[in-house]
Amino acid sequence: MSNAMDIVNQARRTDRLSMKDITTGLVEGFIELHGDRLYKDDEAIIGGIGKISGMPVTVIGNEKGTDVNESVRRNFGSPHPEGYRKSLRLMKQAEKFNRPIVNFINTSGAYCGVEAEERGQGEAIATNLFEMSNLKVPVLSIIMGEGGSGGALALALADEVWMMEFSIYSILSPEGFASILWKDAKRSSEAADLMKLTSYDLKELGIVEKVINEKNNDQWIDKQLLMKQMKSDITKKLNELAALPVEYLLENRYQRFRNF
Amino acid sequence: MRLFKKRPYISLQKTEAQNGPQVPDGMFEKCPNCQKPIYVKSLGKARRCPNCHYTFRISAQERLAITVDASSFNEWDTEVTTGNPLDFPDYENKIAKIQIRTGLREAVMTGEARIGGHETAIGIMDSHFIMGSMGQAVGEKITRLFERAAEKNLPVVLFTASGGARMQEGIFSLMQMAKTSAAIKRFSDKGLFYLTVLTDPTTGGVTASFAMEGDIILAEPGALVGFAGKRVIEQTIKASLPDDFQLAETVMKNGFIDQIVEREKLKQVITDLIDMHTYPTGKEGDHDE
Repeated sequence: MSNAMDIVNQARRTDRLSMKDITTGLVEGFIELHGDRLYKDDEAIIGGIGKISGMPVTVIGNEKGTDVNESVRRNFGSPHPEGYRKSLRLMKQAEKFNRPIVNFINTSGAYCGVEAEERGQGEAIATNLFEMSNLKVPVLSIIMGEGGSGGALALALADEVWMMEFSIYSILSPEGFASILWKDAKRSSEAADLMKLTSYDLKELGIVEKVINEKNNDQWIDKQLLMKQMKSDITKKLNELAALPVEYLLENRYQRFRNF
Repeated sequence: MRLFKKRPYISLQKTEAQNGPQVPDGMFEKCPNCQKPIYVKSLGKARRCPNCHYTFRISAQERLAITVDASSFNEWDTEVTTGNPLDFPDYENKIAKIQIRTGLREAVMTGEARIGGHETAIGIMDSHFIMGSMGQAVGEKITRLFERAAEKNLPVVLFTASGGARMQEGIFSLMQMAKTSAAIKRFSDKGLFYLTVLTDPTTGGVTASFAMEGDIILAEPGALVGFAGKRVIEQTIKASLPDDFQLAETVMKNGFIDQIVEREKLKQVITDLIDMHTYPTGKEGDHDE
């Protein structure tokens, strides 16, 4: 098995640091806010407000679920349009109250189903991108596990995008990529190598600003310790972004994506 | 007895020319929808099947000819070329071959033209160019289209036709969705008018970005419009889907398209819409600041 495919498999593990860990272990006093106010509450995405190092923030992220029942309820972390609309509602709310936004992404992609299409999956993602490009508060996005395609990007149009060391970010799953290009999903390992989807590849390509180490001397870093380090990095970055005049913040965000 | 032995004949090969009436190449085309052979001239300028009214996919050049006022088109950004950001094997070759076959440099053609007398920025995607897929060159041309239109206070009309992301450009292809959306947001905040015309097919990352960001969204009859591919969904849900799933008519019923307009009437409707977004000074967007 290739090295890239090993990382893909690591990224997909359900015992990784999850959104539930973040809302209990990294964010202080998290209060969950449900629903998109239009159709329903999509449990593939958890959103709400809390504090990071005393600073009020809006946090949004995919939750894949830990046991079978929860995973089904959360649709394995793949949002329907209402998930993106809930996220946008919370992000606009953050803008109103001048709260920075931190997004934690872990999804194989936006859900590919009949109802998702009927309720406008494309429109929901498009609207998130359109609005996020101009949110007048700092936005930081962190890829936690899988960062699958437009469904991940819809939470990752941010001032900075970070990746966990063993996460992936790609246009499509390696299986999908192989089946589109070579009509053979079994060549996924070969595809994974070609796609440059690992954190180090993407850091080198300039797609992400930072890789968060998950191992120390080849040992997995304990989750609590990992979150402590992340919290300190996030706090520093949010303070830095919040100090920028809004015009600079927005111009930098525009140029960040303009250069791709 | 040797005397009566049959003499060998010289066998004559039947040539194709002797088979039935002769029809020069390119006179007939099979309708992809009703499968009937159609006399090409009866398709007319709008390229619609006279039998089932199927709207044929057309090239960017054909689209331009039926949309803009005669000799008013000035193409933009012809020098924007396709890179190979992931060093994908054989990608440059593939692009070169398709450029020759289609006469296009990339899957979108952009520029400035008059439509019904109105100065307009226009973009036309072509599904014959690697399924109109969006890579860096497409994203860059569309971004510049909106940036320049914003500078010049022009409305934008964009014909979408795309299978989605350009796989060979991987993550850079994904970034184009963000890049174009950000440019459209800035354009829109200037109070300028963006009209999308969804043509067959409009799917994937194009649907999930600029195709769905128009102030008004029109579609051609029977166009496939969706996010995920039908086969992908069928594999996910393990069931087959009805024929009208993701047809523009269905998508309009679901509330995501303003109107379906037949190709013959499209130019007039576009002209009328631009006209209704033109302010008395004659310049779009002058009401802003």
